[in-house]
Amino acid sequence: MAETSDISSTEAARSPSTVPVLQVKGISKAYGAVQALQNVDFDVYRGEVVGLVGDNGAGKSTLVKIISGVTIADTGEIDIEGVKVNITIPKDATRAGIETVYQDLALCDNLDVVSNLFLGREENTTIVPYLVQPLNELDMEIRASEVFRQLDVKLPSLRVPVASLSGGQRQSIAVAKTILRNARVLLLDEPTAALGVAQTRQVLALIRRLRTQGLAVVIISHNLADVFEVVDRVVVLRLGRRVAVFDIAATSQNQVVAAITGAEFGELSRQEGTSNHKAPEDEL
Amino acid sequence: MKSLITPAQSPETVSTGGVSLRSFLRSSSFGQLSVLLALIVISLFFQITSQGLFLGPRNLTNLVLQVTTIGTLGLGAVLVLLIGEIDLTLGVASYTCASVGALLSVQYGWPAVPAILAALATGAIIGLINGFFVAVLRVPSFIVTLAGLLAYQGVVIHILFPQTSLIINDPTLANIATNYLPLSLGLGLPMVVVVLYVVGVIVTRIRRERKGLVVPPAWVTGLRIGAIVVVVIGAVAIFEAYLGVPQSAVILLGLILLFWLILRFTSFGRHVYAVGGNVEAARRAGISVTRVRILVFVLASMLASIGGVLQASRLDSATSEVDQTLLLNAIAVAVVGGVSLFGGIGSAWAVVLGALLIGSLSNGLSLLNQNPDVTYFVEGAVLLVAVTINALARRRVSNGV
Repeated sequence: MAETSDISSTEAARSPSTVPVLQVKGISKAYGAVQALQNVDFDVYRGEVVGLVGDNGAGKSTLVKIISGVTIADTGEIDIEGVKVNITIPKDATRAGIETVYQDLALCDNLDVVSNLFLGREENTTIVPYLVQPLNELDMEIRASEVFRQLDVKLPSLRVPVASLSGGQRQSIAVAKTILRNARVLLLDEPTAALGVAQTRQVLALIRRLRTQGLAVVIISHNLADVFEVVDRVVVLRLGRRVAVFDIAATSQNQVVAAITGAEFGELSRQEGTSNHKAPEDEL
Repeated sequence: MKSLITPAQSPETVSTGGVSLRSFLRSSSFGQLSVLLALIVISLFFQITSQGLFLGPRNLTNLVLQVTTIGTLGLGAVLVLLIGEIDLTLGVASYTCASVGALLSVQYGWPAVPAILAALATGAIIGLINGFFVAVLRVPSFIVTLAGLLAYQGVVIHILFPQTSLIINDPTLANIATNYLPLSLGLGLPMVVVVLYVVGVIVTRIRRERKGLVVPPAWVTGLRIGAIVVVVIGAVAIFEAYLGVPQSAVILLGLILLFWLILRFTSFGRHVYAVGGNVEAARRAGISVTRVRILVFVLASMLASIGGVLQASRLDSATSEVDQTLLLNAIAVAVVGGVSLFGGIGSAWAVVLGALLIGSLSNGLSLLNQNPDVTYFVEGAVLLVAVTINALARRRVSNGV
């Protein structure tokens, strides 16, 4: 905790785009005998969308949990705008500007849009200090409508329970929640998994807008078609190692599939025996 | 009371997305409207069968006096149900707290106010114990409070032993529930509240309009204000036609108003709904779920203790013969009023509707000189129907994606 760097001081020396917003260096994590992650590196730049793909058990969710402070890595380092941050609990990640939208979205279905957006950080008006501090619904609603305008998201009303909204709309509420917390790195866990075609379109369009607004976005997904449509680069994990990074413009889906399954590199045979052998770096 | 005129909306202004029949059917007020309709039907039935006695000022005043205890306990049940838990100690806690207060007053000669405060403190301790086991040790609330239900029954018997009841002599204590407000207060207090409410609604509307936010059509706001004014004037007129506004009714309505304000307009209230709606989301939002749960159990038990004091005051005695239907009626009040058993849905005002419906049944049936067999059966049947309608209305809400 003591090492947690003060992000706001680096804000002034705003990064040229040569410094990644989020840089993950040499992350390893073992659960007992199982090596979930081994020496994983990856980075995301401002206004960039990076896909994080891999088969089940490749270590995607462990990596996300480490970056968002849910679990702690055994070794490795996380840098934000070139400055090392110490992330041990989710609050550290939030303070560093890293926000995660999990697949379950973590919305309260019974509460309306504004309440969900400001949950746990409501704005109050003080009438009698410490005693009568009612919610400042007006300001919260105004701020909420600003965020949705900024994201170009249209909702029927900000005062309906989120239970009555569509999957795509709910996803955008979860994203808007992170924008409100001044996220600079946004991790989206399977953002399109539970959505139909039209809803998926909406969410992908939303991700593109996030990119235009200078956020660094990481998408964890199984759906390569969706990934290819929206990301700039894709990072492939297999069995806890980063096996490839592709520039999406010069890559076919088949190449990525090959990297995910390990068909291309003949890695499966090499892995036996030399388990601490460094993962082969990709050609890119 | 001041927070009435703060920038805030009441539940109705919240759904401003257009007032169509469809959105109305989807809204949870449809479920509550069906309870209101049932209440009207039942009242008319008793009015006719009792030859006009039921809706007379005298009987309506009695009815209100009869429901103050289950109403106060029902409000506690609303809180606990809102976070998706249950509190089976509400009934027995009210007896325990009342007997503590009565004992201190009768045997130790404590004045009324400290005796009542001691009863409230007893309630807080019971709630703290419930809350500790439920929130910290994560024992299911049903089991924790079931154990409490048995244990506190022993405590009540022990407190009053060797007697089974204790007559209260203290006039202040005995008059709390039986006094009526003087005419000036009986007219003035409701007027102040209504004026504050109307000002609050109008100020909120104007402020929203100024900031360019959606406001409901003027006729909706007007209708709402009109309905409230009519209901309040009607209630005051009925009370004043008999002996005046009963003090216990003022206490119950004051508590409902207070908890409505807390639940609707404070961060704590919002967190209560969040914990009931999605615990995981609440936790990830940084809300201390443990704190919310403990506080809710403490508040619920304190409400139970107020209910117990009101009951003891009305009967001029505390007793160790615990009536278990008190607990069941309290939960029925909350559920009939539209509070979900699964947490997160419901309002403090549910108590008014629920208490009136449950109270009307037992009052009306005894007015018709029905035996307990019929009374219990009808109460059970009506509860089932009311809750079924509510559940169906809610299913409509959740299917409306």
